[in-house]
Amino acid sequence: MKDNIKIPYFPGCTLKTTAKNFEISAIEAGKKIGIEMVELPKWNCCGVVSSLTSDDLMKHMAPIRNFVHAEEMGEQGLVNDKRMLILCSMCFNTMKSSNKRVKGNSEDMKSINDFMYLEKDYEGTVDVVHYFELMKEIGFDKIAEKITKPLKDLKIASYYGCMLLRPKDIAIDDTEAPTIIEDFVSSVGAEPIAWDAMSRCCGSYHTVNNTDIVVNLAKGIIENARKSGAEAIITSCPLCAFNLDNRQKLILEKDPNFKTMPVFYFTQLLAIALGLEEEFIGLDGNYIDPRPLLKEKNLI
Amino acid sequence: MPKKIKLTDNGAEFLKQIEKLSGETITMCDQCGTCSGGCPFVEEMDIMPSQIMRMTMLGQMEVLDSKTMWICASCFTCTVRCPRLLDVSKVSEALRQTKLRQAIDNINIDDISKEEAEELPSIAVVSAFRKFTS
Amino acid sequence: MSDTQEMVNVYIMGESYMVPDGSTIIMAFEYAGFQLKKGVGCREGYCGACATVYREKGDYKLKGGLGCQTVVTDEMYIAQIPFVPAEKPIYDIDDLQPDTSTFMELYPSVFRCVSCNTCTKACPQDIQVMDYVQAIIKGDIAGAADISFDCIRCGLCALRCPAEIVQFNVATLAQRLYGKYLSPKNEQLNIRVKEVEEGKYDEEIKNMKNMEDRALKDLYFNREIKIS
Repeated sequence: MKDNIKIPYFPGCTLKTTAKNFEISAIEAGKKIGIEMVELPKWNCCGVVSSLTSDDLMKHMAPIRNFVHAEEMGEQGLVNDKRMLILCSMCFNTMKSSNKRVKGNSEDMKSINDFMYLEKDYEGTVDVVHYFELMKEIGFDKIAEKITKPLKDLKIASYYGCMLLRPKDIAIDDTEAPTIIEDFVSSVGAEPIAWDAMSRCCGSYHTVNNTDIVVNLAKGIIENARKSGAEAIITSCPLCAFNLDNRQKLILEKDPNFKTMPVFYFTQLLAIALGLEEEFIGLDGNYIDPRPLLKEKNLI
Repeated sequence: MPKKIKLTDNGAEFLKQIEKLSGETITMCDQCGTCSGGCPFVEEMDIMPSQIMRMTMLGQMEVLDSKTMWICASCFTCTVRCPRLLDVSKVSEALRQTKLRQAIDNINIDDISKEEAEELPSIAVVSAFRKFTS
Repeated sequence: MSDTQEMVNVYIMGESYMVPDGSTIIMAFEYAGFQLKKGVGCREGYCGACATVYREKGDYKLKGGLGCQTVVTDEMYIAQIPFVPAEKPIYDIDDLQPDTSTFMELYPSVFRCVSCNTCTKACPQDIQVMDYVQAIIKGDIAGAADISFDCIRCGLCALRCPAEIVQFNVATLAQRLYGKYLSPKNEQLNIRVKEVEEGKYDEEIKNMKNMEDRALKDLYFNREIKIS
């Protein structure tokens, strides 16, 4: 096992705009647990949702283009791990799906490579890995050893959402009974609660033009978390985070008795537990202010 | 005596088209209803996911007028639970694409107001446009 | 000399014409007898008015270029694109903010980019067009302004884009936002403007206005330039 994993990192567009706290906490926490994230020198938006039709190759072009850049990083010796690290659940799912598709279909691979004649061919040597998977490889017990500020008494609802668990060939853990996020929660000293809504959809992109759907689903998820004893929810998806966190504003407009709940990126908890400075946790970016809860637990 | 259902020529062509686009053998569907039972969006839909399968199987092109395929957000809950290993989310996508490929968008992209634009993350807008525009 | 001039055959909008070898596409049009009122401008590759689409012998690719900069080849097919009726919303730059949300509101089509890079392939200025569209999605407006700097608004990118993005107008907005909000401000400029307003240079200008041509030229060519 390498002491320090130096790996190509694909951020995705939202980690550069509204989810900067997700990125900064992941990068800085990564340094403490042996993950050195090297951002792809050039990358483009993955397209967020994977194309599901049999013939729509155009939409797979964006992910494949990013893999070409990851291969180049490997060839140039900029990294010691040739996989591609992804934080955002949707990027992870989309990139992994497209990768799987072209790796399993040489004709599709050729069509896309032919179209991208200005760039080098994609050879199919890159695998996608999620931050959770990388932590599991390092060992949650090893990570627990590095924790300086255990998140004692903090009850956390581990929100998987859709994209980390489905479809089965993309999933980072068992589709119906996953434990990887709970294992992570335990490793930072917090208490993972058991709940029903862990992989229920948040409403996804309906947040653009059908907020009612999102309000209903997000409310149901948050209330389920509260009923199950959670004090906060964690996620690895900037779209889930937006729907569960920012959309609480709309939930409150509809139901003034609704009790809000903080929503964290999982890396923010990791950063707190590793004793990182506030600037690397980025609590200003959270819509529902998590500081009262963290103060109550003596964590900030 | 069981009656044999015969599809119209247009209906048969429609079924063939959706099967080709989705890559799924829709006629394998048993109508067990597991997809509808697990669908987190089912309350928002006018017809259920299992009904989409049934209508497509019978070549009923009116299925394209239903809201259901637009409400489906490809969360893949049905995908992982189908006892026949069919992927209903791919069928939804094929139905959406059938409409979109006639250059009929399901969202007006200019409708995003300044206030909404200041709030919405890129991830939401990109995915909505991918699913709702041709 | 004219009888030794090599000629090549080109197809202008499908019809065959013999034109002198070495002509640019604009010269070929005019040699063939077309009088161009639109679709031609500076003839120096700066203005972007003469976008052209052509295909060379034996090639299946349609290529984009500037008519005044692209030299014809034998059996080339050519057409002019005098105008691109692209979306161009009206905005007040003072009401905007230099971030992604501005584009979401004014040019939402940017978020339809599928990263196919067709725009980059079409660009006669060799700009990485897709990269600046992507920079906007990532919120890097300064980057978008920088990458698109050489854009001359010929519109070929927009014509080829499968996502119907109007890259060249998007670039204009990115550059304007950069200029207004993001570029480093030069304090010296304010000082100098104030000096001008206070009349510090009035006397000098007045003297220059009364100078003979020759003396003015001498003054100009012998000026001292301080580069710090």
